[in-house]
Amino acid sequence: MKPVRLIRSNTVVLPVDNVDTDQIIPARFLVTTSREGLGKALFADWRWEKDGRPREGFVLNRPEAEGARVLVAGRNFGCGSSREHAVWALQAGGFEAVVSTAFADIFRGNALKNGFVPVQVDESAHARLVEAPGTEVAIDVEAGVLSFGARRASFPLEPFARYCLRSGLDELAFLLSKERAIAAYEAKAGPAPWRLS
Amino acid sequence: MEDGRRTLLDKIWDAHLVSAETEETPAVLYVDLHLVHEVTSPQAFSDLRARGLRVRRPDRTVATMDHAIPTRTGSDGRRAPAEGAAAEQVSALERNCRDYGVTLYPVGDERQGIVHVIGPELGLTHPGSTIVCGDSHTSTHGAFGALAFGIGTSEVGHVLATQCLLQRRPRTFAVEIDGTLADGVTAKDVILALIARMGTGGATGHALEYRGAAVRSLSMEGRMTVCNMSIEAGARAGLVAPDETTFSWLAGRPFAPAGPAWDEALARWRTLPTDDGAVFDRRESLDASSLEPMITWGTSPGMGMPVRGVVPAPDGDASREKALRYMGLEPGRPLLGRKVDVVFIGSCTNSRLSDLREAARVLRGRRVATGVRALVVPGSEKVKKQAEAEGLDRVFREAGAEWREAGCSMCLAMNDDRLEPGQYAVSTSNRNFEGRQGPGGRTFLASPLTAAASAVRGAVADPREVLSSRGAPSLAGDEGSAIGPVIPRDSDGTSPEGSAIPAERGQTKLLGTTGRTR
Repeated sequence: MKPVRLIRSNTVVLPVDNVDTDQIIPARFLVTTSREGLGKALFADWRWEKDGRPREGFVLNRPEAEGARVLVAGRNFGCGSSREHAVWALQAGGFEAVVSTAFADIFRGNALKNGFVPVQVDESAHARLVEAPGTEVAIDVEAGVLSFGARRASFPLEPFARYCLRSGLDELAFLLSKERAIAAYEAKAGPAPWRLS
Repeated sequence: MEDGRRTLLDKIWDAHLVSAETEETPAVLYVDLHLVHEVTSPQAFSDLRARGLRVRRPDRTVATMDHAIPTRTGSDGRRAPAEGAAAEQVSALERNCRDYGVTLYPVGDERQGIVHVIGPELGLTHPGSTIVCGDSHTSTHGAFGALAFGIGTSEVGHVLATQCLLQRRPRTFAVEIDGTLADGVTAKDVILALIARMGTGGATGHALEYRGAAVRSLSMEGRMTVCNMSIEAGARAGLVAPDETTFSWLAGRPFAPAGPAWDEALARWRTLPTDDGAVFDRRESLDASSLEPMITWGTSPGMGMPVRGVVPAPDGDASREKALRYMGLEPGRPLLGRKVDVVFIGSCTNSRLSDLREAARVLRGRRVATGVRALVVPGSEKVKKQAEAEGLDRVFREAGAEWREAGCSMCLAMNDDRLEPGQYAVSTSNRNFEGRQGPGGRTFLASPLTAAASAVRGAVADPREVLSSRGAPSLAGDEGSAIGPVIPRDSDGTSPEGSAIPAERGQTKLLGTTGRTR
């Protein structure tokens, strides 16, 4: 995983609450065996007309969205399905962080495992960002602070998640280092209570 | 906790700690059972390959195919094969399971089915165990008093390689459901009412424990339906303490303990229920006696109301305005009598034998209304066989419904079972998100009874009304004669003059719930 310490970007604002992972990437795009190539699938049903033309007015299709790496969205972002493809699609679409007032649990976990930052800020800072699409923001992972203009809003990050983000450590490497403890647990727990056939 | 009195969640959590959480690091939690399917696993197996890792515990890993596979029967009378990218996923799963020694129940195997149907059915879902799957509806297994939750694909890789996950303990949340359900009101209505009250993010960060007399009197299938949709309130897990209903349901299943091991397991399982006086972080209560059949009107499972209710006003809430626009609905109007195009009975929420029996209870001797497509999709091969042994397939076919092979099907429209843009469906599945059942499709979530009644009526219907119209099996093609008129779906969503839909009954309030999602 690539270390993430500081993200500077203008924002794209999608002022919708409860953006579920079926919107971020509809299920028909999950028939893949790869993590790559999901950029076109990002918000597909909001973003593209049936014939594949960009849907006029959708925020990601506006010229000012070009190159933006921070998405500002409504509360409870990423609810619904556990599909990690939602994070991969956001990343393929050029995003590195989402700012919201609340994230669904599984999405938050999936994001952090991919070096994608869920930035949960208070209502007032969020409202300011929603009012001003295109705002230049800086997300300081180390400090857990989102800043824009003279404003600073802190966001929570578990110490371990922060460590993983800034060092690029992936959780699997950490779990593999627990081999002795896992083996000890298994010795105590005994065999599986069934014989699969 | 502090005084030694523990909740069901605490007990399972403590027993599965490889290492406890600290300020700096999450807990390392051991996983007893890992369920795997074709859609969220290929990238995880690729990770193992890239790192030269093995599957640590193939004996605790079970795979099947459910999400992307067709549920249609081909002209040769057999299930249509997966095609294109879905076929690649299916063969990737076959290859991965073969290479890594994982037990797979593929299409054609009598144990194949939706992961959350086959786990319990095979007796793999044990009280007190930890169960994960790359699927958010893994919460289903909590019905047995297991800690079961959905994970992403990276975590699927973690569990394959280490049988462990890094986790913070969820907060505890007691949901007390007392009272008795009236006839025609089911577990699905309980959970839809609860989500309508709590909102789709209302239980984020928590594990729900469903308690109380109404939960005790639910069947295992009903408990699974309730736990299944815990995720729709934002909770990763839902649990019901195991009891005699649980034990007698599990006894004798292929992978349930047997002989002396059964007695030992039983003694252990009986210690699982939450200790009297244990403290929960949050509490909510619901009176089951006051519930009516529920239906959703919007594009999130929290946008629900009694089936006789009226679509609520958005009151300036942008999400509700957006939902109403997408659904083509007007506030202040009933859904009852509104024409539907498709009825879907299936999914990990409602595709078990008891669900199919409920649907058949309505459809026996009646006909699916002209112009309505009804699909009945059993949750597993076993459910299919049992249903056929009882003649339920004949009931469905004679009513004019399609009887399918086991799979997720139109719940998420990954295969070719999809709504057309603009179509309305009453579905027994779990999500009414925009486009969930096909781009532009519009979903009303409801119980199998309500779905079947709506199929007969050709419009959103109250199952109590349809069931009480017994003796009118000649309803075929004459929907409405005994059960009121059908409101045509016209551009402005209004009903014709003289509609007999009793609006005053439509205003039934549900426990002060406004149907708001926030």
